[in-house]
Amino acid sequence: MTNEPLLRLEDVGRDFDVSRPWLNRVLEHAPRQLLQAVDSVSFDVRKGETLALVGESGCGKSTLARLIVGLYAPSRGRIEFDGVDISDPATGAQTTQIRRRMQMIFQDPYASLNPRWRVRDIVAEPILVLGLLKNKDQIDGRVAELLTQVGLTPDDGQKYPHEFSGGQRQRISIARALSGSPEFLVCDEPTSALDVSVQAQILNLMSDLQAQLGLTYLFISHNLAVVSHVADRIGVMYLGRLVELANAKDLFANPRHPYTRMLLDAVPDLEMSGRQRTPVAGEVPNPLSPPPGCTFHPRCPHANERCRAEKPPLVWRGETASACHAVEENRI
Amino acid sequence: MNLRALWGHDLAYSFRSSPVTIAAALLTLICVGAALLAPWLAPYNPFDAAALDLNAAFAPPAWIPQGTAGHLLGTDDQGRDLLSTIMYGARISLVVGLAAVLLSMLLGVTLGLVSGYFGGRIDALIMRIADVQLSFPPILIALLVDGVARVVLPSSTHDEIAIPVLILSIGVAGWVQYARTVRGSTLVEKGKEYVQAARVIGRHPLAIMLHHVLPNATGPVLVIGTINIATAIITEATLSFLGVGVPPTRPSLGTLIRIGNEFLLSGEWWITVFPGIALVTLVLSVNLLGDWLRDALNPKLR
Amino acid sequence: MIQAVLEVRDLRIEFPTRHGPLVAVDGISLAIAPGEILGVVGESGAGKSLTGTAIIGLLEPPGRIAAGEIRLEGERIDRLAHDAMRRIRGRRIGAIFQDPLTSLNPLYTIGAQLVETIRTHLDVDQGGAREKALALLREVGIPAPEARIEQYPHQFSGGMRQRVVIALALCAEPRLIIADEPTTALDVSIQAQIIQLLKRLARERGTAVMLITHDMGVIAETADRVAVMYAGRIVEIGPVREVVRAARHPYTAGLMGAIPKIGAGAGKHRARLVQIEGAMPRLNAIPSGCAFHPRCERCFERCTRERPEPRPVGANLAACWLYDDERTSAKA
Repeated sequence: MTNEPLLRLEDVGRDFDVSRPWLNRVLEHAPRQLLQAVDSVSFDVRKGETLALVGESGCGKSTLARLIVGLYAPSRGRIEFDGVDISDPATGAQTTQIRRRMQMIFQDPYASLNPRWRVRDIVAEPILVLGLLKNKDQIDGRVAELLTQVGLTPDDGQKYPHEFSGGQRQRISIARALSGSPEFLVCDEPTSALDVSVQAQILNLMSDLQAQLGLTYLFISHNLAVVSHVADRIGVMYLGRLVELANAKDLFANPRHPYTRMLLDAVPDLEMSGRQRTPVAGEVPNPLSPPPGCTFHPRCPHANERCRAEKPPLVWRGETASACHAVEENRI
Repeated sequence: MNLRALWGHDLAYSFRSSPVTIAAALLTLICVGAALLAPWLAPYNPFDAAALDLNAAFAPPAWIPQGTAGHLLGTDDQGRDLLSTIMYGARISLVVGLAAVLLSMLLGVTLGLVSGYFGGRIDALIMRIADVQLSFPPILIALLVDGVARVVLPSSTHDEIAIPVLILSIGVAGWVQYARTVRGSTLVEKGKEYVQAARVIGRHPLAIMLHHVLPNATGPVLVIGTINIATAIITEATLSFLGVGVPPTRPSLGTLIRIGNEFLLSGEWWITVFPGIALVTLVLSVNLLGDWLRDALNPKLR
Repeated sequence: MIQAVLEVRDLRIEFPTRHGPLVAVDGISLAIAPGEILGVVGESGAGKSLTGTAIIGLLEPPGRIAAGEIRLEGERIDRLAHDAMRRIRGRRIGAIFQDPLTSLNPLYTIGAQLVETIRTHLDVDQGGAREKALALLREVGIPAPEARIEQYPHQFSGGMRQRVVIALALCAEPRLIIADEPTTALDVSIQAQIIQLLKRLARERGTAVMLITHDMGVIAETADRVAVMYAGRIVEIGPVREVVRAARHPYTAGLMGAIPKIGAGAGKHRARLVQIEGAMPRLNAIPSGCAFHPRCERCFERCTRERPEPRPVGANLAACWLYDDERTSAKA
């Protein structure tokens, strides 16, 4: 692993228009409503590392993944891949080149494979669309090689997705993502729809592939235990903002942001050490009308006047960054 | 797929275990067979004007004392053999019904797919047109299209183009149902991750629409289509009954019923009753097949 | 010995098909004492939810109880007519499901739903029922119940909705609560709150709880005893501490090892997860003998032939030939 960034996000933000239809707005005098799904997020993903993003539902982590692979265009900010600006997914002759190098694995193995396609066509689609191989025999050979690589057999290519279990389907998704020999994989909750024993198979497979192929992962999950198992560095998101970013070890040993502490406290205690869970009061506020200042302040035990008024920026201290006035003022 | 696999298939099983469906399929088969093979099976060619014998007009069915053995179901006012005319007429009814449904499907699936996939203004425009059309009865739409076609086209050609015009008017009147269904399932499929996965590798939107969304969004269309064949046949019969359908020289079932209607009160009931029975049998059995297909393919009912 | 609130003996649930019956639950036995929380854990397809639905009498046809008996406070309830079962459900058994939205009627205020349920089961007047509804809402931790009782389900957040569902299940002071994945749809921070609530209810009210979930973490935090299900059978049952820390059955042991744990060497020093090869068998292809044998690393000849019954191993019961008396005595 080097310190060289493969992916760089600078103040990336994305709004969604969730207004009522035009006619309703006119008749009901309702204003246009914007949902800020991602709000000025900046971080680097270094070559060869696994950076994980964690957060509860609605924190913007999946939107961020889709911004990076170009499924959405950012409303603000800049996304660079290996030095090339890819913020506008529509422009640039290099986009095919970039797309080849960056792929995505989705959450739901039942929805991410076209049910009417044979597995070999699903896996071969990126090869054909990106124009990597032309000859049919070469493509067949490559598909067979990919299926073997993810722990399936070349014969499985003849089958349809419904003939496979959830874990096997996720293997097919991974084979497809690898078909263009990418360097960077965005994994959006790749195991959260799977059973524990199958999740272990997929996580082990992903770490083997990373070692073999030198892949860089952006791993998105709501499960802190999974994240602690796969990640080198971890970013914690809350209501569209990155609130803490640290090395995995540091984050678990010495969490800074009060929200990170809360998340860690809420993890079920499998060791049965008798540790009392501290149930956190309150719930995530409505993202349509986020609280002013630090969006976490209504649930935060350390909030003061400044937290209620002023949005804390992400501040770096060595290898760790956090967006919290209390941390910055050394109050906690 | 070999025969044994086909026999054991769920669809085949649900077919085998429903006597009503088997009966409906047999009836449909008989109707369609008689219609398709009319030139070979029918005792006479009712369209051959030279062979018509006005002296033989109004002959009652064979089993009635005045009936003749040569005309099993009797003859109509032109002296045409009724059995033959019904067989030839069913041909026209089936062709018009099938073609009209195919046309509705083509229009509806295309517009629904475009509407659902692109959304925004195109979607709003197509769906508002659909709403407006839905506020008129389909028969009115068909009459309107028919009327416009007759005004636009020279009157000398009316009889030759009667069937295409009929197909066009019934087809245009029926697209909305397909469009709405396909738009709905397109919206669902569009949000699924396999479509996003295709977008990530930069596939062209048209390719995604055709290769990914279309095959997954058209499941219900087949079922609606089967059920609508019956409706289209009825619409054709209604239009012909009203006199805007196929000309009396080449009568469809609807035309025959209309012709017979004029003589119903004067005692020549068979001219209208036998085509009527043929129409009801055809429509009912096609409808039953459609119902079965809908239930068999609906995973919720399985 | 105190009489068990729920007793299930040799329960067998079948789905008739044209290829013969599919056995979804095969001869399971369990009991829950007053105030006890029994966790039922298993991966998807294990039959755990079916067991729960069979107990509350909501098994969807063509599924049917083919053998065995279910006793509620000593009285058989598996053969009851629909009407009699409906009176027991709600009055003596409360049910909590995964998705709180589907358990609540969106057209009525939660107050109306609570009052109606209370008056169906208890002999109180409108005012009394309302008083009780308020008390229940307070008990499940809904702030300002006087104001919220007039609100509709959509005005509640996910966590608050699940609390309302729990209040609804408690209306008639049931002796038994069947909770099927009550926390799965919720974020971790909210999960902890609901778990605390369930524990408190069992302790303070002496209600027996059957907690069905796929999440070992939730079980470890909540349950007193745990039953592990695999392919329609209970493979191991025992005190939660024993099962979690000293699993006897190879499946339980594998399952525990497959769960990623926080702090088990984060970053580059992470260990591989224990991996159980393969997947849960489909109902139409359950292996002979021990259903787990094709995936079991310690499988031997007898496992493929004969089906093991649960037998005492330490404090647990485990259905595994490794603990056969003859074998152990032969070794000694």
